[in-house]
Amino acid sequence: MEHTVRSFSQDLEELTGDLARMGGLAEDMLSDAIQAIATRDLALAETVVARDPQVDNLEVEVEKKILRLLALRQPLARDLRQTISALKIASELERIGDLAKSIAKRVKLVDKIEAPSALKGVARMGKLVNAQLKRVLDAYSALETDAASKVWSRDEEVDEHYQSLFREVVTYMIEDPRTISACAHLLFVAKNLERIGDHCTNIAEEIHFLVTGEQLPTERPKVDALNN
Amino acid sequence: MSRMETIAPPRPQVSASASRAPVGPAKVKATAVSVFYGEKQALFDVSLDMPEKSVTSLIGPSGCGKSTFLRSINRMNDTIPGCRVTGEIAIDGENINDKSIDPVLLRAQVGMVFQKPNPFPKSIFDNVAYGVRLHGLASSKKDLEQIVETSLHKAGLWDEVKDRLAAPGMSLSGGQQQRLVIARAIAVSPEIILMDEPCSALDPIATAKIEELIDELKANYCIIIVTHSMAQAARVSQQTAFFHLGKLIEAGPTEQIFTNPRDTRTQDYITGRFG
Repeated sequence: MEHTVRSFSQDLEELTGDLARMGGLAEDMLSDAIQAIATRDLALAETVVARDPQVDNLEVEVEKKILRLLALRQPLARDLRQTISALKIASELERIGDLAKSIAKRVKLVDKIEAPSALKGVARMGKLVNAQLKRVLDAYSALETDAASKVWSRDEEVDEHYQSLFREVVTYMIEDPRTISACAHLLFVAKNLERIGDHCTNIAEEIHFLVTGEQLPTERPKVDALNN
Repeated sequence: MSRMETIAPPRPQVSASASRAPVGPAKVKATAVSVFYGEKQALFDVSLDMPEKSVTSLIGPSGCGKSTFLRSINRMNDTIPGCRVTGEIAIDGENINDKSIDPVLLRAQVGMVFQKPNPFPKSIFDNVAYGVRLHGLASSKKDLEQIVETSLHKAGLWDEVKDRLAAPGMSLSGGQQQRLVIARAIAVSPEIILMDEPCSALDPIATAKIEELIDELKANYCIIIVTHSMAQAARVSQQTAFFHLGKLIEAGPTEQIFTNPRDTRTQDYITGRFG
């Protein structure tokens, strides 16, 4: 239902629109960064780096709008939850943009790796994470808690991928110490993807909170590389 | 956060614990209360526990029955011809509509503060002393003076009026008059204080003082307040009850009502989607 004060509804819609744009930008950056890694496409990687300021600027914009909304409209109940979750989701998306940029920057550093299976492994993990991001953004625009919960529990798969990649890349380092530097960068790429997966689950938690007013349990099914 | 703090408009200062205090045992217990004005039913089957030492706010659009409900707690509706109340309202387990209850004594126990400050056309002192004299609560002149001073202290007005107790109550500002009326209500040692939009005629500073006062008074009284300001209900009360079209739609801890109401009608009202 619309607010009695229509401009209030418009403010909230505007926020949702900004977040959708941020999400779209971050999603494109991530998929291009992954493609650039898999195909060693330096030019594509550079466009990813160049796009990051757009996401950063949008985040600043969203933050300003939310500050104004809180001060002038004093949102309550679901409106309040929507406003607060928008603030948090904007910062998650900004982080995702940063991590995609960081992946893109490493394209030229991993080109010495002669092990196509490792690159393929990273690309596969990237696709999985990208799908998670797409799903969670869709869940946000449709406000579907079920879809969000699925993203949340699927992060385990991302963690598993990260772990097996970790083992694989360490093996390459042992076999050929000349690749250590490139392999280390590849591990950072994998770690960045794993972090993006975590940000997706954070967004999923925000969607759940926005819609239901309840928090998801703090403990998520988790595969921890440090404990295995 | 620090940036937000500097930009957000100043808010009346009420202790941070206001909305989180625990909700204690019921002081006032309404069970299936309905109120009729002649043929017209204004309140339908309302059941609500209002705990002692805490503030319950009643919210809802105009004509929703919240004031009717409030007025039934000290039998103010008795004074309206053709008004009929069914169901039970109990204070400390005792039905206030029982024949043995004297409504005048009941109203000493259940004080009321109205939207417009209504000091009597008497001095500040006599305003506060009025009920005390009426009910013969003071044993001596000294005792009376003591009660008046304590009540004015509790109402946060003493320092502002101690040098002019003989001045007319009407000479005070609106906010001071409202605190004078609260002092008058407190003077007869009530256990429950009803407030019907006590701040709607006051400026933000006077409002903040009344809210601070409500927060202090709740340590000793059961306070029930009708307010049209969502923000005020959120700031001062521990329990919030939402009324709509004469029915109690939802009641719960204030924090929950304003962050996660269960009923969509509550949600729509407090977010400004109707009302």
